[in-house]
Amino acid sequence: MSMSFDLYREIILDHYKNPRNKGTLKAPDAKWRENNPLCGDVLEMQLKISKDKKLEDIKFSGDGCAISLSSASILTEMVKGKPLDEILKIDKKKLLGELGIDPGPSRIKCALLSLKVLKMAVYSYLGKEIDRETKDL
Amino acid sequence: MFDAKKIRKDFPALQKKVHGKPLAFLDSAASSQRPTQVLDAMRAYFEEYNANVHRGIYEYSEMATQKYEGARRKIAKFINSPSEKEIIFTKNCTEAINLVSNSWGRSNIHKGDTILLSQMEHHSNLVPWQMLAKEKSARLEFIPLGDDFKLDLHEYEKLLHRHSPKIVSFTGVSNVLGTITPAKQIVKMAHDSGAVAMVDGAQSVPHLPTDVQQLGADFLAFSGHKMLGPTGIGVLHGKAEILNSMPPFLGGGDMIKNVEFREATYADIPYKFEAGTPPIAEVIGLGAAVDYLHKLGMQHVREHEKKLVRYALEKFDGLSGITLYGTRDLSSRGGVFSFNLKGIHPHDLASILDQEGVAIRAGHLCAQPLVQKLGAVATARASFYVYTLEEEIDQLALGFQKAQKAFGV
Repeated sequence: MSMSFDLYREIILDHYKNPRNKGTLKAPDAKWRENNPLCGDVLEMQLKISKDKKLEDIKFSGDGCAISLSSASILTEMVKGKPLDEILKIDKKKLLGELGIDPGPSRIKCALLSLKVLKMAVYSYLGKEIDRETKDL
Repeated sequence: MFDAKKIRKDFPALQKKVHGKPLAFLDSAASSQRPTQVLDAMRAYFEEYNANVHRGIYEYSEMATQKYEGARRKIAKFINSPSEKEIIFTKNCTEAINLVSNSWGRSNIHKGDTILLSQMEHHSNLVPWQMLAKEKSARLEFIPLGDDFKLDLHEYEKLLHRHSPKIVSFTGVSNVLGTITPAKQIVKMAHDSGAVAMVDGAQSVPHLPTDVQQLGADFLAFSGHKMLGPTGIGVLHGKAEILNSMPPFLGGGDMIKNVEFREATYADIPYKFEAGTPPIAEVIGLGAAVDYLHKLGMQHVREHEKKLVRYALEKFDGLSGITLYGTRDLSSRGGVFSFNLKGIHPHDLASILDQEGVAIRAGHLCAQPLVQKLGAVATARASFYVYTLEEEIDQLALGFQKAQKAFGV
């Protein structure tokens, strides 16, 4: 099996063509927007957060490649309903594991953009200092 | 007889396989491959006469200086410069443009002055002028791009009248569209209105015959690594008169006549603009690249690429879901193709093509404002050079079909 087949495996193409949680929220409690400086792609996430600091709802919007958009779609499914402190513990290894791909050095930014946007939204909501790994994503 | 198949044999990097497939290298507009002749020339410097230039009173240094200055003469001849003193070595084309924006620009651009660029500039001929305009509170204006993907010369004429720009700086060939600009005419119009004219030759000098005396521009900048030479070497050609009037760009050794504690007198051109130890091996490598291109004949290089463009246009026209950017007028079209496939992001396309052994560029192509103007977030780009074969264009088209199949579009 060649890598391109791997990179564009069914789960990626499925989420790209039928994105989950795509759109915007009426009154989000937090949101964040980032560009992928490599290609000018844009990704925004909007979060609805409950009183006990759980992620009630999440939507993403933006323009991008199959890797970045399917990663956003898959990530929103992973985190919906989860407590914020648990979301902050998700690292790149975990997300790449869910995507099931090894994007290689030229596409890794595409795959991890969603995680950066999500974590930045959570950090901005909590007013917490951003950890090194998130900054470097 | 120009024979790309024979030419390819001189390029070791083109003999390799990538992901088990023969490599179709279609990204020469970003950086070309280098022939063994260039690699050998650089290796000979390191192995046979490695020393600094313009200094040592010994055999190696004298040889190094001789080869270094010999390369300058070759490059001068290659672009028909009246004197090798007009050839200044820089790090790359970007640094050559920055030299002009810093040295000429800072002493000639004042508050309220206009700098006229075009809408199809690479970031390297845009950002340095933005920085200068910001510093000096000067104004930036742009020659617009017409629907035919060519610069609108009527609007250009109007801009010259309206703003009387101090300088007009524009590209010889667009790195996104492949459009060959009527550089000689643009330069003449600039001069007639009293402006200085600069041509970004990064995409033109490697692909088209260049004659700076015919062109008439005050400055021409280009890079070595896009014309079979190594990275780390660029060239600024400037008319001696204007170069003599300019202050130095960088200060240091080699650019001086005499230094005292509180002041220094500067060397004559070109050395005034070459502070510090230059990239000696790279200059010698570029000299060998110029020899190689001269032997092929730049008119033949141009004809070869024109043939490839015709072939690619015919091939791409038969494909579904492809949007091509750029003029179909072969006389104003270099070997650069930007395109999008419907339903496939250029990055995804590039990843899939890579698996087929096809190397293309994808993204904003260092020309973000232009790509946005085309109505795209990003584009894919294939570009050709002396070693490009029609078979590689076939391999690209086959890759398109694989990508479309994978994405179900």
